[in-house]
Amino acid sequence: MTDLHTHAEDIVAQFSDHLDLTVDEVEERLENLVNEYRVPVDEARRSVVNSYLDEAGLERDALGGGGNASVGLAEIDQDEQWLDVTAKVVELWEPRSDSVAQVGLLGDETGTTKFVAFETSDLPELDEGAVYRLENLVTDEYQGNFSVKLNRTTTITEVDEDIEVGDDAETVEGALVDIQSGSGLIKRCPEEDCTRVLQNGRCSEHGSVEGEFDLRIKGVLDDGEAVHEVIFDRESTEALTGTTLDEAKDMAMDALDTTVVADEMRIGTLGRYYRVSGPQFGRYVLVDEFERLSDPVDAEAALIEARSI
Amino acid sequence: MSQAPTREVARRVFAREFNDASHTFKESEDERAPVYLLLPTGERANRVFLVGTLTEKEDVGEGDEYWRGRIVDPTGTFFVYAGQYQPEAASTLRDLEPPAYVAVVGKPRTYETDDGSVNVSVRPESITAVDSVTRDRWVVEAAQRTLERVAAFEDESNEYARMAREEYDLSVEEYRRMALAALEGLDESDELESDAGVDAPAEP
Repeated sequence: MTDLHTHAEDIVAQFSDHLDLTVDEVEERLENLVNEYRVPVDEARRSVVNSYLDEAGLERDALGGGGNASVGLAEIDQDEQWLDVTAKVVELWEPRSDSVAQVGLLGDETGTTKFVAFETSDLPELDEGAVYRLENLVTDEYQGNFSVKLNRTTTITEVDEDIEVGDDAETVEGALVDIQSGSGLIKRCPEEDCTRVLQNGRCSEHGSVEGEFDLRIKGVLDDGEAVHEVIFDRESTEALTGTTLDEAKDMAMDALDTTVVADEMRIGTLGRYYRVSGPQFGRYVLVDEFERLSDPVDAEAALIEARSI
Repeated sequence: MSQAPTREVARRVFAREFNDASHTFKESEDERAPVYLLLPTGERANRVFLVGTLTEKEDVGEGDEYWRGRIVDPTGTFFVYAGQYQPEAASTLRDLEPPAYVAVVGKPRTYETDDGSVNVSVRPESITAVDSVTRDRWVVEAAQRTLERVAAFEDESNEYARMAREEYDLSVEEYRRMALAALEGLDESDELESDAGVDAPAEP
């Protein structure tokens, strides 16, 4: 079975610094347990690893080197790195593709990261809010954002402890150089758990619906070196612009046009400097907190710094 | 590279350096590929962000409105043109009463005159009225970015610096002095203001 072969390869890699193993002999031991003695694969692997740990005179924790890294979820900074983590399922999201069994957010003390489990891996389902020991995850990178993938060699063990998931808010600052379309007074699909933003009164999933008003700003902060896309939800949009949802509805009603709301917001915010912080989802930082950088600049300090460049 | 096109960063550049630039280029054959203005300190700019004082505005259009604004920073003047294809920016220019601090996000545009020299202007994506704090913050930021570009100018891996050396006959040391002078100007006006706060007699 290729499955066992992969496990065997992993184990050989894990012990590469300590024992001179061959994939064949490890696979044979796994096969023996799984096929002869009907031991589940996870348990078989555990048992084989334990016996090699004994042989090498090692504690389980000592498996560094060729083994998997233990890295905080928010500190992942490499593609295709093998990891073992103890993590809480913070959120489960709706998979967008049939090939995905589960997708969501895993959290540990350092923060959160996205995880994906594929149908082909045939893994037990994770429950939201539960804490698991997950061994043999692999990291993935897309446009600078890291996630972890579960795969068919991943072992999943529920553990009876709670984890205080860390706050890994991103903080970015710069001049607000754009407020993108889809900002201002918008309508969302009222279907349960949908909340998609309507385009011309239509939801891409549920078609023509009544829609519920909401406020948001999709903005771009630019510091001259890099751009950061940020989303202000209703609460932070109200705080940023000083315009409440009700006032925005009145403005739109008076003008018989919802776009006046975003136009007003542009006049009041574009070109100013802000610092925002919040979790990063895909391209966007979701704004939890923000401040306008409105303190007078310290020209003398800037000059001293500038002379040192 | 099959990535979705990423948004171009808005460079911080003082008016003098911006107006000294003249060379534009593309980095791919694609018709819609971004056009870059080569800054003399060795950076490519497809977008700029600037804050300065709008000192004059004029409708220079024949028939259709076409607004020209002069926006002054500590080193020179940016020219900003907004017409029917920049309706928000045009209406902001129409409504604003100079002098006023304004922030502009826009694209560099070059225009060759009859005598063969190249004029550089800004085609705004947005113009908003801002306060003096925002203007001062921009001056500090533009100075820092300029000094960083000057500091990286001799780096061997700096391809835009190499391009600038080929295209322009300009001394980057001038831009370093210009940036420091802009910061010194801010520092002095700080002192004037704080002196005024303590010593100056109240207005009658």
